This record gives sequence, structure tokens and C-alpha cells, in this order.
Amino acid sequence: MASEGMNAFWENIKTLPRTFRQAVFRHDAPTSDRTRSQAVFANFFLHIHSARVHPHSLKLTTTWGLGVSLIAQFVILSVTGILLMVYYKPSVDMAYTSMKDIHYVVPTGRFIRNIHRWAAHLMVITVILHMARVFFTSAYKSPREFNWLIGMILFVLTLALSFTGYLLPWDQLAYWAITIGANIAASPNELVHALGLPTAFNVGDIQKELLLGASTVGQDALIRFYMLHVMLLPIALTMLAGVHIWRIRKDGGLARPEGTPLPMGKGVGTEIPTYQNPQTATSKTYGLMCLVRDKSPQTDVNPDETAPSWPYLLRAELLVFMVTMLVCVLLGMLFDAPLTEPANPNVPENPAKAPWYFLGLQEMVSYSAFVGGIVIPSIAILGLILIPFLDREDERKGIWFSSSRGKRIAALSVWVGALCAAACVAFPVTFGWLRNWFPSIPQIIIIAVNPGSILTVLYMAWSLYILYTSQSTRLSAIALFTCFLVGFVILTYVGTYLRGPNWNFYWSQSQWPAH
Amino acid sequence: MPDRLAPRPLPRRDWLGLAGFWSAGLAILGSIAGMAQLPKPRVTPEASSKVRIGNPSEFMPGSEKILSQNNLRVVSTSQGIAAMSLACTHLGCIVQPSQDGYICPCHGSEFDPNGNVTGGPAPRPLKWIQVSQAADGELIVDMAVEVQAGQFYQIV
Ligand code: FES
Repeated sequence: MASEGMNAFWENIKTLPRTFRQAVFRHDAPTSDRTRSQAVFANFFLHIHSARVHPHSLKLTTTWGLGVSLIAQFVILSVTGILLMVYYKPSVDMAYTSMKDIHYVVPTGRFIRNIHRWAAHLMVITVILHMARVFFTSAYKSPREFNWLIGMILFVLTLALSFTGYLLPWDQLAYWAITIGANIAASPNELVHALGLPTAFNVGDIQKELLLGASTVGQDALIRFYMLHVMLLPIALTMLAGVHIWRIRKDGGLARPEGTPLPMGKGVGTEIPTYQNPQTATSKTYGLMCLVRDKSPQTDVNPDETAPSWPYLLRAELLVFMVTMLVCVLLGMLFDAPLTEPANPNVPENPAKAPWYFLGLQEMVSYSAFVGGIVIPSIAILGLILIPFLDREDERKGIWFSSSRGKRIAALSVWVGALCAAACVAFPVTFGWLRNWFPSIPQIIIIAVNPGSILTVLYMAWSLYILYTSQSTRLSAIALFTCFLVGFVILTYVGTYLRGPNWNFYWSQSQWPAH
Repeated sequence: MPDRLAPRPLPRRDWLGLAGFWSAGLAILGSIAGMAQLPKPRVTPEASSKVRIGNPSEFMPGSEKILSQNNLRVVSTSQGIAAMSLACTHLGCIVQPSQDGYICPCHGSEFDPNGNVTGGPAPRPLKWIQVSQAADGELIVDMAVEVQAGQFYQIV
């Protein structure tokens, strides 16, 4: 009797590895398309994928892997960020020295900090490229308008994450960038003063105070930026990115042209399941899709049009992850993240420059803080958010530039956008601007009529002209978006390479005066 | 027998249910409004905006000094003493003396020696700041109090 219990116990120990694995994974190593599908939806981490995926979505030219790369970068940033938090001290007295410790003393500290910085820069670039990809393949169209909006918020959050991280080293670069940033938040005051309104209308003061927790950049600002950088913004970004990805799935995967041909017999869809009646099916079909009657997710579509996510999609994703990782690691080995002198509230750097992705903005801010720093960026973001609601032409989704005409208009817009931006920068450099000609001109005119606002008006005029001549909202949107991208690139270039001490124009850094 | 599990319309006069719904909604809104107050400090934690800059004898009439610790320029004439802030009115960088006044390193705003804007994006002249005297005669500058440009403090 006793030996029976002993035998069973012994048997359990022998089978322990297998039963334990089953308890965790609930299925054996997948061998067929069906079991691969099961592997995807039985796994918490994989189930954000649909079990099967259209071959078009797997093509490199559909996405260039940009979205997955963004997730990879965010994961890298989170991991390295947490590691940096082990040594970083968010205090004005210790922040700078703790950065030095991380750089010179902590084992692998410099390497990890470098990777963190490079991944952050890559993320800003990738998020812009990803936005451009989605735009130019018209992947923002119905039913994805709202997901485009979430994408816009994610774009702003990415910039905010980068910017809040900028203060933390508490060096000169950081201190003056945040001083300028906080005063941009306060710049609506410019308008209040120019219009002669009472100071009770100074919303700018409130914004600045909320950001800094004081009227100047100090300990309270550092703690606030730290809290935003390591908690609030990452949590918001994680949640919204979750919604973003979930929505893609609910909208039936990535956008693709109608009637994309199916490359059957090329190794995809090796096992073709047939449509089953859910009432009589002997086992679960690979989705509950057959229970719903709706356009999205893809129902009533013959399932053999797709390839299993495992292994095709997962393999592609892993590849993108590894490439991203490789780039970050290589950059981190080759180039050190900078650390300038400790913050000095009495002497700004000359020139005091923002991080590169804000230098286009700084160029516009150098015409007017309020218009360049708040009005134009708000118009740009609002315009981008509204694109899918204003352009509702529903055909030709998932095709780059929609048509050859779209391609031509995009190419033309590159030239128009570049020439307008260059002209708007070159004119005031060569001839000066209103205040040089009319020294006593009212401030309100200087605020409203500046090279930045003129550039914005030119771009809008160009896209309206395209709308008028082509009668197509899609082509007009292509014109505007292309101009926006090109303007951003040109202004960033000008701010980065052509502006020297006192924000003067120089063709190269070698012409900068020696102090 | 009606199916217990089949969905039923919610009775319109489900008073308790509605009360729960609305009270939860109001509580959430109320607590958000309450929490939103927290980040705005009632008192800012900085040191006092008043700084002592020294005895009047250190500022001979006809002289001027730059107190870089406080980002101030102090001018002394026969009319009295005045202080001008060196924080640029554009976005708060500290201006540097130049040939004809001051120039800002951040976006190139230019000011004449009295702080009036002569170029660049700065929307307003540099601020002139209130000067006063402590009981012991030492000069006090209140960084938070702006005065009219050209207003001098008569030393007693
Ligand atoms: S802060 Fe002085 S010009 Fe911008």
C-alpha cells in the first residue's frame, strides 16, 4: 500500500521537468500552424500579436520595422534607465557628481549611460520616420484616425521624455536648456504685455511655476523633471503604446492595398485550415473571429490568406530588436555622451543650444518666443492630428504616396518646402527684420509677423493651392506633410550647424570668433 | 422561466445604481481637482528676493558695477543709484556687455546701455529693479520688484 504512494511520488518527481514546463507553457513545442497559433495566444507576452498575419505586413518595405524598433528602443531605455537610477541622485548638489561617478567610477556606468543616450536620440529619429511612413502609406485612414491621434501623443511624449532627461545631469547644457524651456512656457506673457492687458492674464507664469515649482530653475525643478522622466511620462507612454498596438490588431493588422496578391506556396500557410462552424467545430478555431460579424477584425475572410505569426512575424521582430540593440551598443562604444561644466546660473553657454531635435524650434523661437515656441508648434501638432479627419479619401490605402501623382507632388513639395524655409532664414540674416527698419514698431507686430509665422502661412498656402488644383484632399495632405518634414529638417540643420555665438549666422563652426 | 443569465435592460429607475454611478463620477472628478492643486506651490521655496549689495560708499557717483553673483548692473549718478537686471527678457539667458550695450548669447537679442531693445527677439527692455536702503544704511535690491526705467534711488 505504502509503496503505491511512494511509486506515484517517484513517478511525479521523474516527470517534474515536463509537468512544470506544461504548467508554464500549456503546450508542447509547436510543430504545426495550429499549434503555433496556440503558442501565440496562450502566451501573455505574445498574445498582442494576432495568431496569423498577412504576408504584406511582413515585407520590409511595408514598415521598415520602425514601430517594432521603437518598442525595442523603449525597452532598452527602460532597462538602462533603471540601471542608471541605482547611482543617480536627483539633488542639485549631487546630481553632477553622481553623473561623474557613473561616467568614471561605476563599473559599465559609462557604457550604460551612452547606450541610454543613444537609444533616446534614435527614438526621436525613429518616431519621426515612423510617423512619415504611416503618413505616406496612408495608414492613418479610417478606421485608424484615432490611432494616428494616439501616435501624435506618443510623439509628443517621446520629445518630452528626451527633454526631461536633459536636465538631470545638471550641467551647463541642461541648466540653460531648461531655463529657456521654462521661459517658453511663460511666453504667453509676451502677448499680455504687448496688448497691455493686466498681469492677471499671465497664464505663462502659472505654466512656468507648475513646471519648475519655483520661479527659477533649482532643486524643485530638478525633482519635478526627474519625476516626469522616470515615472509619469514612461507610464503614460507605456499605456498609450499598449492601446496603439492593440488598436492595430483590432483594425485588422497593418494597412495594405486592396486585393494584395497572396504568395501562396512560398512556405507560408503550409497547413490550410478550413472555415469551421463554431457550433460544430471539434476544437477551437484559431480565433473567435468566426463568432463576430464585423468588418474589423478581419472576419469572413478566408483564413488561408495569412501566414502564421509564429515563426514569421516573431522572427522579423526579433531581428529588428537585435539590429536596434546592435546600433545602440556600437554607438555607445564609439561615442561618449557629453557632460559639460556644472550648471552656472550666472553665465549661459554661448551659444546656448537645445538638444538637436529642438534646434529647429529654437531657430523659430529666435524670432519670437511666443509664436515660435507655442503658437506654431501647437498649429503643427493640431494640423497633424486633424489630417485623417480632413482627408477622408478612402481608396489606395497602404500604397506609398498613393499614386505616381502623389509621388510627384511629394517631390515637388520637398523643393517648395526647402526653398521657403531657406528663404525665411536667409532673408532676415541678410536684410534684418522689422525692428532693424522701424525701431519703434509696436511689439505686437513683431510677435505676429516674423519669419516663422510667414513660413507657416507659405506652407498652408501651398497645400491649399494643391487642394485647389488637384481637388484631392490626399494630395493636399501629402503636400503639407512633406513641407512640414522638410521645414523641420532645414530649420534643425540651420540651428545645429549655421548658428554660432549670439545666435549669429556662420557658414561653419571654424568661423566662430574665439572668445 | 426567464433565463437568469440573459441580458436584461437596466430598470430606468434603479435609483441606487444611478446614485452609485454619479457619486463615483463626482468623487473621481473631485479628487482630480484636488490633486491638481498640489503641484502649484503656495510659497516658493527660494531665498528672499531681496539682496544686500553693499554700502553706498562702494558706489561712487559716476561709476557703474556689474554684480555677476546677482546678474545685476548697478549705476550710480548724481541723481542716485539704480539697478538693472541682466536677465534677458526673451527667455532668461544672462546678457553680456558688448560695444554698444548688451547682447544675449541665446538668440542674439541686443540692448542699448539703458536696456532698451535694439535688435533680436526680446519683447521688452531689460528690467530696472527697485533699490532701497536697510536701517543700517546698506543698499538693498529687491529682485522681484520692477521699477520704471531711469528711476534712481536717492541715498539718504
Ligand atoms: S534669451 Fe536672450 S535672446 Fe533669447
